[in-house]
Amino acid sequence: MTETLYSELPTRRTTPFDPPAELGLLRERAPISRMKFPDGHLGWLVTNYEIAREVHADRRFSSRAELHHSPRTVAGQPVTQRPPAKPGMFISMDAPDHTRYRKLLTGQFTVRRMNQLMPRIEQIVAEHLAGLRAAGSPADLVANFALPVPSMVICELLGVPYEERESFQQDTAKLLSLDSSLDDVMAAFERLEDFVLQLAKRKHVEPGDDMLTGLVATGELDDSEVANMGLLLLVAGHETTANMLGIGTLLLLQHPEQLAALQADPSLVDNAVEELMRYLSIIQFGTLRTALEDVEVGGVVVRAGESVSISVAAANRDPARFERPDEFDVRRSASGHLAFGHGVHQCLGQQLARIEMRVGFSALFREFPDLRLAVPVEEVKLRTDMAIYGVHELPVEFS
Amino acid sequence: MKIEVDPDRCAGSGMCALTDPAVFDQDETDGTVVLLEPSPTGEHREAAREAAHLCPAGAIRVLE
Repeated sequence: MTETLYSELPTRRTTPFDPPAELGLLRERAPISRMKFPDGHLGWLVTNYEIAREVHADRRFSSRAELHHSPRTVAGQPVTQRPPAKPGMFISMDAPDHTRYRKLLTGQFTVRRMNQLMPRIEQIVAEHLAGLRAAGSPADLVANFALPVPSMVICELLGVPYEERESFQQDTAKLLSLDSSLDDVMAAFERLEDFVLQLAKRKHVEPGDDMLTGLVATGELDDSEVANMGLLLLVAGHETTANMLGIGTLLLLQHPEQLAALQADPSLVDNAVEELMRYLSIIQFGTLRTALEDVEVGGVVVRAGESVSISVAAANRDPARFERPDEFDVRRSASGHLAFGHGVHQCLGQQLARIEMRVGFSALFREFPDLRLAVPVEEVKLRTDMAIYGVHELPVEFS
Repeated sequence: MKIEVDPDRCAGSGMCALTDPAVFDQDETDGTVVLLEPSPTGEHREAAREAAHLCPAGAIRVLE
């Protein structure tokens, strides 16, 4: 029997690498518990691995934006009901709309396609590591490496001019900042949307060997659909991997025995990347679904219209699924972690992210074997204020 | 062991092709699952079970 608890979404961390401690306590007492949303809605919070998997996989739980109550506030204010997703913004849609858009892209992100990109990713990584060395010790690893590498990769894939990164990087940051007002978020969104829309229009007359051109060429989409799909990939494609590279490096530097194991046996990197994903779960506020009908799950009945906030971070630390869950261990099998989500919405770009991280971490610690923090760890600015967790800056030293 | 796949359910995540590329591949056009080996043997049996478990869309069935 599940205990009835009424909490708000725990967001306060006490350590840099662990999710808020209350989530662990909740998982023990009520793996799916009642949660009060900032707008007053009484929904649910999932902290258990199996239930998290089940909700993600069950198509009776919707991803539609207009049905959701948000567990997060914007600039301290509850988010009132959102409008339906714009055409092409398929992350916030259900089948069949979601399926139609996603299928136009899945062929571009296959394991084989991403493996073919590896030489180019290695080259981009090498160039930025050379840049880091040229910047001289100490330098910021985020600005010199973690952010620009995935930014450049996704720009080349999509056909977005990398020279224009400053504006879209700034707007993406505004979009993801919890301190932005709703007006700021809307304005940043509109600028980004317009930026990609203009690009999509240009692809009709100046086609390239890139995904935006490919989407335009399908003839199945209008320019605003192409723009919203492109915007989704652009935002999702650089902030996520960038933050994994940044805070992943910090985590490894803080666990010298783990880093030494990885350096001694570089073939551990594939495994290490999965463990980094599991352990850090940078989608720090998890995912969100809303029941389309009454659904029995985890011993409770979620009523139609109730929103379910899924703490991916808590699920990935569930001792029922992962032994010694709070230990970071690059040798463990972290397979099955939910950091990319689960169900039909599972991260479209995950095979790209894996390769970027495998190449990125390998090359970084091969080229900079004595990389170390240039400031006390307490001084590293953590992204507790952003929807995607990580480090704002990572000052590092090297010889 | 017999494997069945359902490309209509498939979300193209590539987890199967990542887990065992000798058993699973992805369609060039839409990334959906292509079954290369419907009756895996040896170590591929365990990998196929793992792939079925990891599949986010429930598009792989293992009949023992």
